[in-house]
Amino acid sequence: MDFAQIIANGLVLGALYACLALGFSLVWGVLNIINLLHGSFIVLGGYLTFFAWSYLGVNPVVALPFVAIIMFGLGYLLQYVVINKVVTAPVLTTLTLTFGLDMILYNLMTVYFTATPRRVMLNLGSIELFGVTMPVDRLFGMFLAMLLTALLYCVMRASKIGRAIVAVRMDRAAATLMGIRVNNIYAITFGIGALMAGAAGVIFVVIFPTTTSVSGVYLGKAFVVCVIGGLGSVPGALVGGLVLGLVESFSAHFFGPHHALTVGFLLMLLLLLVRPTGLVGIRGYE
Amino acid sequence: MMARARFVLFALWIVVLATTPLYAENYIVRTAIIISMFSTLAYSWNLIGGMAGYPSFATAAFFGIGGYVGAIAQRNGVPMVLAWALATVVVAAFAAALGAILLRFKGHYFAVGSIAIVEVCRLITSSWAEVTGGGNGLNVPLLRWSPDAVATLFLIVMLVLMIAAFVMNVAVGLHRLGFGLKCIRQNEDAANMAGVNTTLYKVVAFTMSALFCGTVGAVYASWVGYIDPTDSFQIVMTLKVPVMVLLGGAGTIFGPALGAAAFVILEEVVWVNFLSWNRAILGGVIVLLIFFLPGGLLKVPFRTLTRHLYGRQRADLSP
Repeated sequence: MDFAQIIANGLVLGALYACLALGFSLVWGVLNIINLLHGSFIVLGGYLTFFAWSYLGVNPVVALPFVAIIMFGLGYLLQYVVINKVVTAPVLTTLTLTFGLDMILYNLMTVYFTATPRRVMLNLGSIELFGVTMPVDRLFGMFLAMLLTALLYCVMRASKIGRAIVAVRMDRAAATLMGIRVNNIYAITFGIGALMAGAAGVIFVVIFPTTTSVSGVYLGKAFVVCVIGGLGSVPGALVGGLVLGLVESFSAHFFGPHHALTVGFLLMLLLLLVRPTGLVGIRGYE
Repeated sequence: MMARARFVLFALWIVVLATTPLYAENYIVRTAIIISMFSTLAYSWNLIGGMAGYPSFATAAFFGIGGYVGAIAQRNGVPMVLAWALATVVVAAFAAALGAILLRFKGHYFAVGSIAIVEVCRLITSSWAEVTGGGNGLNVPLLRWSPDAVATLFLIVMLVLMIAAFVMNVAVGLHRLGFGLKCIRQNEDAANMAGVNTTLYKVVAFTMSALFCGTVGAVYASWVGYIDPTDSFQIVMTLKVPVMVLLGGAGTIFGPALGAAAFVILEEVVWVNFLSWNRAILGGVIVLLIFFLPGGLLKVPFRTLTRHLYGRQRADLSP
């Protein structure tokens, strides 16, 4: 395998990782909550897409906005009703709470959807360009992932809600004084986090088989991407995702596929030591 | 007076657990072993998580490394008890080195770093097949005694470890180390200013919190006779232990034993009666615990729910 292929694989994987980690990064950065539900949200988004496709014949692209709306509603409700009550508590409390909620969601999905791996098979074939072969569904997934990332970036930069989220992140008390309803912004942020997770799930179910037990793997990726890139910003997640994608692609080539994960985690530990704010993070924002 | 009654209750509880082989069936004895095992882990975690307030999720890493060191030593002919001691020393050294690096972080970064350690340990053991047997796991030589005698032996060993961990908690609580750790929990910068050697205290607490986890891991490996990476380095276990301590009451001396016992018994009941719903029920218990018992079971009579909710609203207003 030549380098062009490895780099192409890494970049495609990286774009997917960036999309996977965006919601997690946003929730961690703004709410200061490590959302252990994130992996299960991704799986849930994937399952919803799969069932829409296999029972109703809905194309994943058409299903994406609906899945996104459902996930946003779920995230918003969960934050507003449950998590907001402990949002200022120490990390141990919030982390344990999301762990408990994740156990419930995981169990519900396993019972109602069973643990059979499922994948939306679109059979789009693959294309070859400059000696690099790439399945079309992956390319399409990468395109969607980049589109979503760009969309979220625009929302955060330009919209009133996005500015409010950034304001709450910078200084909660000052944001309250400026008339921002912090609890509402928290719920919206968590909703956007769930939305991005669901959207990532839509993309992933087209490319990889999805089952409840991969939620932990997705969560692990989100952790690594966030620490590599830096928390709570769209560029951070993008850089983290691309770096992780390239690192995994190269280490799978040189050390074998089963070491790719280990290298990713070791890189994360190293960055925690050397640069805990992440590659593009800003000091004081951690 | 209150404290003395609790000590008596604790001693009674030890006696109840220790005498299970005399009157109960094997299943109960096994549950007693698991209770004392998790009590030891909970007491160990209490030092760093409860007293110092550092949310460590590395318990499963210490447990797993202890198990592997013990198993590999025993397979190479080291006598069982020596293998346990070796596992303890190795894990303590590992924790001291790890703590010196990891304890520079606070809050979320510390939590994530310690979870990542568990994951890295699991990945390394499953890919380093020449030493650890990889995904196939390792068999540990079993004791050639009658099953009842083996169960009694491991029960006594686990109970001794539990008492040792308990005594360690009491001793640290009385010593200036415990005082320093409580200062660190309240305000680390202020503690540092006031002359507490925070780095040293944290590393010592972290190492002590790993000590018996390593022993327990090695004893567990000898008891069960087989270990593999996914079983030894479980994320679920690493989160279960803090939940137990929270259930009993974090930072208290009797909380971990109470929490571990309540959680293990609850888990057994749920497993027996609601097999396919066990995760959801335990998750529900955790959620209810966070909302209705934030101080743990030990704090129940002292705080009414309404007062608690009032206090939370007040806390919400502060930045």
